[in-house]
Amino acid sequence: MAQAVVFWVCAIGAVAAGLAVFRVDSMARATFALLASFVLAAVPLLLLGLSYLGILVILMMIMEMVVMAVFMIMYMMNPAGLMPMSMVHNKKGSLAISTGTFVVLAVGVLLVDWPQRQGVPPPDVTFALGEALMGSHMLVMLVIGLGLFATIVSAVVLSHPRGRYDRFGDDLRRRPPDDPIPGSVDARSLTRIFGVGR
Amino acid sequence: MTLQTFLLLACALLAIGLYGALSQQSIVMIMMGLELMVNAVIVAGAAFWYYVSPARPDGQVVVLVAVTLMAVEMAMGFAVQTAIFRSSEVDMTDMATELKD
Repeated sequence: MAQAVVFWVCAIGAVAAGLAVFRVDSMARATFALLASFVLAAVPLLLLGLSYLGILVILMMIMEMVVMAVFMIMYMMNPAGLMPMSMVHNKKGSLAISTGTFVVLAVGVLLVDWPQRQGVPPPDVTFALGEALMGSHMLVMLVIGLGLFATIVSAVVLSHPRGRYDRFGDDLRRRPPDDPIPGSVDARSLTRIFGVGR
Repeated sequence: MTLQTFLLLACALLAIGLYGALSQQSIVMIMMGLELMVNAVIVAGAAFWYYVSPARPDGQVVVLVAVTLMAVEMAMGFAVQTAIFRSSEVDMTDMATELKD
């Protein structure tokens, strides 16, 4: 009974906070409304016994939203919410599409004959997850690792202000490179300093 | 609490996220909408694990993949936003019209 009350409070709260993200005037408030939505949506995971994944989602979302708040304030014209803002296009169409999507999905949820529950949760669900990731689902772990590494490289490359074409020119032949502060370390200077590569 | 109530919560989160992704002009706000949609996948994956096949860890693995996807989406979204803002001072989708006609 208590679990049901907690679930419904968190579910309604998560949906309300999600709605607030696109209703409030301030970017910072929108970010923290999204954080509230994520945390409230993670509590039902804890109710299902997924203690590791629930805590992981909560901690990750707190960090993510704090970083997002910084970017919000960097890029938004009205970070403090001192004046009403409305940066939307095709509001009616979006509302119709999203409402239609919800209705179709909700009708499907209520009408589909879902399969019966098979088996019971293992005594330690976190151990079972770790065992799966290091065993039968190793491929998933490998793909996640590679994906995260590719993300790190791509994000640095994309957000770096100066690339090799800025330094070496369009044909990459400019020597020495055009740097704001000269004296960068390249292969030739490494050869000169350390005497390697001869 | 039943599977249906969890899935209804996921549907609501997905619909709200879809509204945000479709209607917002700011690139950062669109990313918020996408994150809400991925959060719906997390809730639905956990519910399917518990109410359909709790003996197997597949549902938990789906949740883990969705969490990772969320991190990747945010990192790449901010990187693209930084790149496009550096090159042409664009922070709204309607201003990014290089590929138009």
